[in-house]
Amino acid sequence: MPIRFDNVTYAYPAEESDLVAVREVSLTIEDGSFVCICGENGSGKSTLAKLMNGLLQPTVGVVTVDGKTTATEEEKELFAIRQKVGMVFQNPDNQMVASIIEDEIAFGPENLGVPREEIGERITYALEAVGMSEHRKHTPYKLSGGQKQRIAIAAVLAMRPEVLVLDESTAMLDPRGRAEVLKVAEDLHRQGITVVLITHFMEEAARADRVVVMKDGRVVMDGAPEEIFRDREAIAKYDLELPVADALAASLVEAGLPLEDKIYGESALAEAICRSK
Amino acid sequence: MHNVVFGQYYPSDSVVHRLDARMKLLAVILYIVTVFFVVDYAMYAALFLFVFAVALIAKIPLKVLFRTVRTIVFLVLITSIINLFFTQGDTLWVHWHFIKIYREGVERAIKLALRLILLMLFPSILTLTTTPMELTDALESLMSPLKLLKVPVHAIALIMSIALRMIPILVEETEKIMQAQKARGADFDTGGALKKAKAMIPVLVPLFVGAFRRADELALAMDARCYSSVAKRTKYRVMRFALRDLFASLFCIAVFSLVFLNKYLWPFDEMILSLFGSL
Amino acid sequence: MSIEIKDLSYVYSPGTPYACTALDKVSLTVDEGDFVGIIGKTGSGKSTFIQHLNALIRLQSGSLKVFGIDLSAKKPDLKKLRGTVGMVMQYPEYQLFDETVEKDVSYGPKNLGLSEEEIKGRVREAIGLVGLDYDEVKDRSPFELSGGQKRRVAIAGVIAMKPRVLVLDEPTAGLDPRGKREILSLVHKLKETSSPTVLIISHDMDAVAEHCNKVALFSKGKIASVGSPREIFYDDALLNETEMDRPAVVRIVKEMEQRGVILPERPVTRAEFVAAVKRWRDA
Repeated sequence: MPIRFDNVTYAYPAEESDLVAVREVSLTIEDGSFVCICGENGSGKSTLAKLMNGLLQPTVGVVTVDGKTTATEEEKELFAIRQKVGMVFQNPDNQMVASIIEDEIAFGPENLGVPREEIGERITYALEAVGMSEHRKHTPYKLSGGQKQRIAIAAVLAMRPEVLVLDESTAMLDPRGRAEVLKVAEDLHRQGITVVLITHFMEEAARADRVVVMKDGRVVMDGAPEEIFRDREAIAKYDLELPVADALAASLVEAGLPLEDKIYGESALAEAICRSK
Repeated sequence: MHNVVFGQYYPSDSVVHRLDARMKLLAVILYIVTVFFVVDYAMYAALFLFVFAVALIAKIPLKVLFRTVRTIVFLVLITSIINLFFTQGDTLWVHWHFIKIYREGVERAIKLALRLILLMLFPSILTLTTTPMELTDALESLMSPLKLLKVPVHAIALIMSIALRMIPILVEETEKIMQAQKARGADFDTGGALKKAKAMIPVLVPLFVGAFRRADELALAMDARCYSSVAKRTKYRVMRFALRDLFASLFCIAVFSLVFLNKYLWPFDEMILSLFGSL
Repeated sequence: MSIEIKDLSYVYSPGTPYACTALDKVSLTVDEGDFVGIIGKTGSGKSTFIQHLNALIRLQSGSLKVFGIDLSAKKPDLKKLRGTVGMVMQYPEYQLFDETVEKDVSYGPKNLGLSEEEIKGRVREAIGLVGLDYDEVKDRSPFELSGGQKRRVAIAGVIAMKPRVLVLDEPTAGLDPRGKREILSLVHKLKETSSPTVLIISHDMDAVAEHCNKVALFSKGKIASVGSPREIFYDDALLNETEMDRPAVVRIVKEMEQRGVILPERPVTRAEFVAAVKRWRDA
């Protein structure tokens, strides 16, 4: 069920801003892939995400999900797309409607008209998938940011989506919360769900199998993380930041260490340094 | 902040906590009507006994229960004093200069005070044993006949639910903004009403801007999860009227009936007095 | 000694079923010129702690002195305190309120009761210090600026009060890498020019290791340890017990130790790491 962008441009309505957020993007998100979209603030990455489930509709060009265009006024068709392409946003506090976690997760299935007994099963499944089963009857108010985002993911999972779009869902979290959300995303990817991760943290991009870099509304790089990370010039040009281990590797090479100039994880870097003497 | 999420909810494991919120809500409404029909002291005593018994079963300490009365102490005093001095009657008890206190005045003052306190106590048990979320559900359920009249009952309930969810967040945000402005030297505590109101502008503007931003984001998130105010949706949470609710209802109805029997058929006070008289 | 805190304790909603101890006998001394990193898990008491530094919450027990202002006194001079300690809260851009950038930044100095002229000068200086063009932004609405610019205006609003101590609660939260770099170098600039003492709450151990000379690790309402980044981040028992992450540099050093390589010094910053690796290879 690929998501296909065909020469898509999106300009915000004139009264809001004269900004063109996405320019002439053609892109296909393949089934079962783990795609990371990065770029600095204002590069259009978040707009790109909202084009994927019809929350925004292209000004020029076409976005199709499973061959069906998102540019429809028909509520039924839009809902069919949004059921398939689930989306989690940045601020965990601004996307919850209920004060009890199981009610929050029931909200999506209720909207879809899922029978009551099945909603119960879906809640059980979704909470288990994000590792929050014991919180079913609690209020989200006292949870940590990472836990709240996991609940938001569970709320989307209960709609049985095929694609999970995380629209800067880790931006407001502490490192622990980010790790929690990322682990859940990786687990779900392993179970066959397509994951689209919008982020400006390159450590997160390193986990994806494809990285798309945006700048000024255009896709400027698109490839495997190793390829992207190796292009130091581009990294600097597009205001990305390498994970610490890779930045250190670069400094060590500059300082004259005989290290291969390639992507390093922390363990691999430690290993390479140890062997360099 | 906690008080906002749970209202004055007093967490404890009791039958009263577990009762169907709809039943509790109806019982409170019935109770409020009933209190206005209480005539005799004996009946006041009986209702106090009833309230204390329910509090006991709900495992709510009387201290906590009476904390809710504190808020109306002033009101009780004022109304009692007014009634004490301005009620005219047949039996003059005190006559000092221009002050005349009649027996009827004393009786009325006492009964009004008792009535106000009773009116405060039982509804407090409802809010002490029921979370605002349960109350919202109860209201939605009780209002559901209005759907036939095209009243958007679900939308109303959703608004209440979102408000419940947002209130603690906004309260927290207000505190944060106030702290931030205090750190910038703002003074919210001194000066006249006008100065105080003006001092709140640097708090209210960011609060409103923030609330609108949140509302925007929430609307987007609800869209993403296929919310529609018109489409037919299912409901996960159902409320169950259990056997214990039946017993509780019967118990309440029995107690409340006593009040009406007292008013229209059995004058308890007279009966008790005549009982003492015959001894 | 610029800040001296002794046996500070704080309980939220005391005497209710929701009572919760946020601080438990916390003591800390900060010297002028310190760059203190305050770390700890969410809910460990960090925020409650820094709120005390500006008397934003009432002192319940313990003593607290900031540049001679005694907060345990009956009526501490709050105006003086707030001119001494500048507080940049989390997401400070959400506190902007006035019609123009200039008016918003002058809110703090105005509250300090300074003269018009003094205020004007300070506002111009503060806006310049945070890297914005005064003439270009002064008449614009703060709400129409970009996210990073808004944050800088908010910080300008604090530094226009010329505080000797700058307290920042996660100043880089939610920013992209460039925004982060800019804010951190701004903090360094402020430390050198106007506010020599800086306290910063951060979850970013890499940044703490890179910038701070002193680290206070909070855990369960207590300070579990205070020391240099080297002392804290190489204390395995401490980090495990308090469930804290290590900076990436320290993690890599640990990985090397597992492979039998011990670097000459225990580096915590990137520059120290590169230097240590070179020295080890040359040895």
